[in-house]
Amino acid sequence: MSKSITAKDLNVYYGDFLAVEGVNVEIAARSVTAFIGPSGCGKTTFLRTLNRMHEVLPGARVEGQLLLDQDDIYGPGVDPVTVRAMVGMVFQRPNPFPTMSIRENVLAGYKLNGARLSRSQSDDIAESALRGANLWEEVKDRLDQPGSGLSGGQQQRLCIARTIAVKPDVILMDEPCSALDPISTLAIEDLIAELKEQFTVVIVTHNMQQAARVSEKTAFFNIAGTGKPGKLIEYDDTATIFNNPSNEQTERYVSGKFG
Amino acid sequence: MTTTSEPKTTDKRTNTLVSSDKAGAAVDRGFAALAKFAGIFILIILAFVALFLSWNSGGALYQEDEGLIIGRFLNYAWPFALGTVVVAVLALVMSAPVAIGVALYISHYAPPRASKTIGYIIDLLAAIPSVVYGAWGMFVLAPAMVPLYRWLNQWLYTWPQENLGFGIPLFAGSPGLGQNIFTASVVLAVMVLPIISSVCREIFIQTPKLHEEAALALGATRWEMIKMAVFPFARAGVISGIMLGLGRALGETMAVVMVVSGLGFQWSIISAGNSTIPREIALNFGETAPNSERWHQLIALGLVLFIITLIVNMIARWIVSRHKEFSGAN
Ligand SMILES: Nc1ncnc2c1ncn2[C@@H]1O[C@H](COP(=O)(O)OP(=O)(O)OP(=O)(O)O)[C@@H](O)[C@H]1O
Ligand SMILES: [Mg+2]
Repeated sequence: MSKSITAKDLNVYYGDFLAVEGVNVEIAARSVTAFIGPSGCGKTTFLRTLNRMHEVLPGARVEGQLLLDQDDIYGPGVDPVTVRAMVGMVFQRPNPFPTMSIRENVLAGYKLNGARLSRSQSDDIAESALRGANLWEEVKDRLDQPGSGLSGGQQQRLCIARTIAVKPDVILMDEPCSALDPISTLAIEDLIAELKEQFTVVIVTHNMQQAARVSEKTAFFNIAGTGKPGKLIEYDDTATIFNNPSNEQTERYVSGKFG
Repeated sequence: MTTTSEPKTTDKRTNTLVSSDKAGAAVDRGFAALAKFAGIFILIILAFVALFLSWNSGGALYQEDEGLIIGRFLNYAWPFALGTVVVAVLALVMSAPVAIGVALYISHYAPPRASKTIGYIIDLLAAIPSVVYGAWGMFVLAPAMVPLYRWLNQWLYTWPQENLGFGIPLFAGSPGLGQNIFTASVVLAVMVLPIISSVCREIFIQTPKLHEEAALALGATRWEMIKMAVFPFARAGVISGIMLGLGRALGETMAVVMVVSGLGFQWSIISAGNSTIPREIALNFGETAPNSERWHQLIALGLVLFIITLIVNMIARWIVSRHKEFSGAN
């Protein structure tokens, strides 16, 4: 399963501060979309509104519509818990649960559904999620060791395994490789290419080569100055954004002439 | 010739890395020494307390004219030891869940302003002197509990006794004025509540946002997030908090002296009688002649209390250290 995402006139506020203004975007199912832009332009802020994770930040609120296929995730009566079960998130810093073993980490989301799994069922789920995250070979002999004993890159893939184990429709990734070495980064980029067969993937990155390598569409966000809201400047095929952008700001940013 | 003299000059040359930042290094060493001294000092005090208690307990176990009288001492001491443990455990059983709930409410549920106010009120509870708690327990709580004791006595003792031939002895006897060890443990529960809840609150607040968000992003409700991220992180701290509370409950004297009336051991926890070690010592120590057997007995009772606390702490440490590699410290 995989769903498309449509934002309509989305504004995000932190208290009175308008952080992101007027985003309109349509993200197709089974695709990889990259968000790029300078620091502070609201990439993280906007990404978190896609699964209502901004609601855990004090004062954060949203105006506008955000459709998952046809359903507004901000519609009346929609429980954020339901939304988050469908839209998974991988964070900038790897965050496996430190008190859980590798296996328990992968099954953590399953436990939430209250699903009673037999040992062999949970083994299967753990194995397929870990294989899906290209981590199986490295950890298959130590599934009962703590997840925090892995390297940073392995931990990040463990977090991805944890996210895909619950079979979400969308996977959001906020700079998932910024704490990793080039080899681990490549491993995760390969993984993203595989994930899009099944999931809609949205990734925030500061690495333009990465955006160019993994994504089909790219959204460029920018900010006019401090205290001003971030805006979606241009959204197009990745090739167009990097080779032939129609907006001058995009052109300056992707060619490194920013600022 | 030059080759032999050259190493000599390098030897003489002062290494510029040596003794740079002298002041800072000295401060560092100073603190290290201070910390070491403080640690040793605490150990010495502890050793002196243990030594004092052990030395003076001798008279309760051995008298020249009678020889070993360990049996007599144990006979005398066990009701007090039992009473102490029962009161403290009852207090914790009542207090810990409430304290943890309050701490969770403050750290994860209440709106920021409300949580400040509630936290402040809870901390105020800790500042109330135990005499005040004792007076409250004696005049307000004890009479208020009497109907409950009557009910317990009726349905858990008298009724089964008449109909089944066996009543639970814990609820035997007349409640009288309600001044019994159950009331005392309720008072103690209120007294240790702020200790446990403030320790827990501090720990709960420190749960890494990273792990809370990891749980929420998997579709956890708030309570599931707390079970997944907050409790595992806070486990050791919560146990420490409960142990602090237990220490307080085991050693509390004044409130128990005021709330419990009557002497002598009995199995019932809802009628007058029973006592705790601190209460027994406080009531009698001033009236016994130094170095009499009675005096030695009281000191030996103190030693028993000391040992109980040590055991409790050791158990706590053992619980905390299990699954150490999963503690998140690495
Ligand atoms: N929790 C918060 N409370 C208030 N303001 C916030 C909060 N988080 C972010 N902001 C503000 O919102 C704006 C956008 O921040 P955001 O973190 O979305 O930027 P970003 O594009 O992800 O930057 P970076 O590339 O550095 O991660 C910034 O001005 C920031 O100061
Ligand atoms: Mg960001």
